[in-house]
Amino acid sequence: MSIKLEVRHLYKVFGGDAEPAFERLNQGLNKTDIFEQTGLTVGVQDANLEVHEGEIFVVMGLSGSGKSTLVRLLNRLIEPTRGQVLIDGEDVAAMSEAKLREVRRSKISMVFQSFALMPHLSVLDNTAFGLELAGVDQAARHQAARDALAQVGLEANADSYPDELSGGMQQRVGLARALASNPDIMLMDEAFSALDPLIRTEMQDELLKLQSEHQRTVVFISHDLDEAMRIGDRIAIMQGGEVVQVGTPDEILHNPANDYVSSFFRGVNVGNVFSAKDIARKSQTTLIKKESSSGLRASLKRLQDNDRDFGYVVDKQNRYLGTVSIDSLKTQVEQDSTLEAAFVAEVPVVEAATSISDILTIVAQSPCAVPVVDEQQQYLGSVSRATLLETLDRENEA
Amino acid sequence: MTASNPWATSQPEQETSNEAAANPWGTPSDADTASSLSSAGQLDEVSWDFWRPFQSEWFPLQDWVETAIDWIVSNFRPVFSVLKQPVDTILSFFDAVLNGVPPFIMIALVALLAWQASGRKLAFGSIVSLTLVGAIGAWSEAMTTLALVLTAVFFCMAIGIPTGIWMSRSDKVARAVRPVLDTMQTTPAFVYLVPIVMLFGIGNVPGVIVTIIFAVAPVIRLTNLGIRQVPEDLIEAANSFGASKPQLLYKVQLPLAMPTIMAGVNQTLMLSLSMVVIASMIAVGGLGLMVLRGIGRLDIGLATVGGIGIVLLAIILDRMTQALGRDARARGTRHWYQTGPVGLVRKLILPRRGD
Repeated sequence: MSIKLEVRHLYKVFGGDAEPAFERLNQGLNKTDIFEQTGLTVGVQDANLEVHEGEIFVVMGLSGSGKSTLVRLLNRLIEPTRGQVLIDGEDVAAMSEAKLREVRRSKISMVFQSFALMPHLSVLDNTAFGLELAGVDQAARHQAARDALAQVGLEANADSYPDELSGGMQQRVGLARALASNPDIMLMDEAFSALDPLIRTEMQDELLKLQSEHQRTVVFISHDLDEAMRIGDRIAIMQGGEVVQVGTPDEILHNPANDYVSSFFRGVNVGNVFSAKDIARKSQTTLIKKESSSGLRASLKRLQDNDRDFGYVVDKQNRYLGTVSIDSLKTQVEQDSTLEAAFVAEVPVVEAATSISDILTIVAQSPCAVPVVDEQQQYLGSVSRATLLETLDRENEA
Repeated sequence: MTASNPWATSQPEQETSNEAAANPWGTPSDADTASSLSSAGQLDEVSWDFWRPFQSEWFPLQDWVETAIDWIVSNFRPVFSVLKQPVDTILSFFDAVLNGVPPFIMIALVALLAWQASGRKLAFGSIVSLTLVGAIGAWSEAMTTLALVLTAVFFCMAIGIPTGIWMSRSDKVARAVRPVLDTMQTTPAFVYLVPIVMLFGIGNVPGVIVTIIFAVAPVIRLTNLGIRQVPEDLIEAANSFGASKPQLLYKVQLPLAMPTIMAGVNQTLMLSLSMVVIASMIAVGGLGLMVLRGIGRLDIGLATVGGIGIVLLAIILDRMTQALGRDARARGTRHWYQTGPVGLVRKLILPRRGD
């Protein structure tokens, strides 16, 4: 994957001449000491990031960790003190005002925590706002805005005003506004934090859906680890203005860089972090159905040899067909029927992306390990009660 | 000097003794010191007394101001005549229109405007009020006053809104302009009436200029306030989508500040009306002059007619500008052209769309 956005040795110092702060940073002083000695606040300190094209990159940290400052440095809403922000190799920090406006209009857009919709404009005009600034004529920008609204499911509300919409709908407008100019990069500053948990999940799904239709580079700021784990392809963790760790959710979960990072995960609900495919194992017996024979006896023998009560039947293309048990096989052997007739009806199937917390009941009530299939019905493995309990217990292990 | 000060005619003869100085209202006696009110310059002969430090002035500010104004008048009179020009043009235009249009047509126009700006209630109210103004014999005076006030408000907006925008963009400018506004608002109008007359002469145009000085402050202050009150996150959002400075001003700041700016315009309008009587002292015509004449001749009837005219005019203008300041949606409509007489005409002319 190519690098879309790169941050190199980026610093932001608030409160006047930054030189004294840099001297003290070189001496190895920390943020608090520097503030006490000079009154300067180090917002972001030597940040280095590489954001790949088409990924959702989550920047996470507690309040005051500099994550909101960092995202504003990316589109230069806050002027960087030192360092480079490269979008497609062009340094945002060094470009002229006119060039910067051009980049903001076409390449990089932003979604805000507070929605920041213009109260005097209709939903349609709000969505078209970026295009209006870019000088697109009314017919064209309204068309683009309608398309963007359709993507977030709000075409019907085009003529409403922001104050007539609920919070979730307002943020959809915010999202549509950011989508309308068809940017390469979307910055989302705690975009869903102001929404209630149900709507938040819905908006996360919306974002993932949009992402599956059109892969944009998304930099997502969040203080919510569950959210970060859920939507992030990679996560950067910030602490006191520094980026302390960058990696995939799994990497960070398994190898936290320091206590601060691991403290994040202490309360994490693993059930939301992992999905069925992550814990599906192929340790159960798989039976391949052949067209030539019914395969009843062969299947029975394999199960007995492997000392298993259940077997998972797939075709040659590894498509999941059904589950058989020793009992059902024996019954059908007596009647000399087909393998399909031996399928146990009460065995459920779960999809790969289902989160673990959603399959708890299914697994608990199933007579055997639950088979997991992907969208093409490909058999990925199965989840037994033992695997599930082990995964949920991970928290205490760490 | 005393000739230019009509209220001080009796004072040069007055002489106060040292005992009388302790009692400023005491009768004049044979002491050699002159009253500090008129000819304080002669006090130089008296030695300075620690216990009465302010018996005489320490430096002659009066003379300085007088010299300065004299100097300005003799050297810059042409400049001030040029300044009068635009005011004169606009005022003549408003006056010609307002006094030229037949009264009933004028009433109808104002009523339509009131309907558009606010609603049928105000339209009805303005028909009744304006008819009343005409019926009590103050029509042409009311129109003259209206022309003066509209001219003053026009220039107040032309000066005030840009100044307010400028103030909102720079704290330095705001710090510098604020005391000037304070001075303009607190200085009694009588104080600058005299220099204005010396610089601009008498008549309607200097009257408008006096009114502008008195009334321009609110529109400046409220424009500044309105723009500064635009939420920071909206500014940030506009910037993040690549707004240039003019775009930010015209597409975000001014529209959002508009209700506050209109409140300023409303205040300016009311202050302009309140200046009408004072301005009539420098030969400004209209309702104010009726009131002034009424006071001068103790003609209570004339003063009342003028007064009622001012009040009715004030109410109509106040309601109309207040309604303009309100958001159209607060009145339950989406666009201004969907309501009032314009909305009615549109409905009649435009074919009904199948929606």
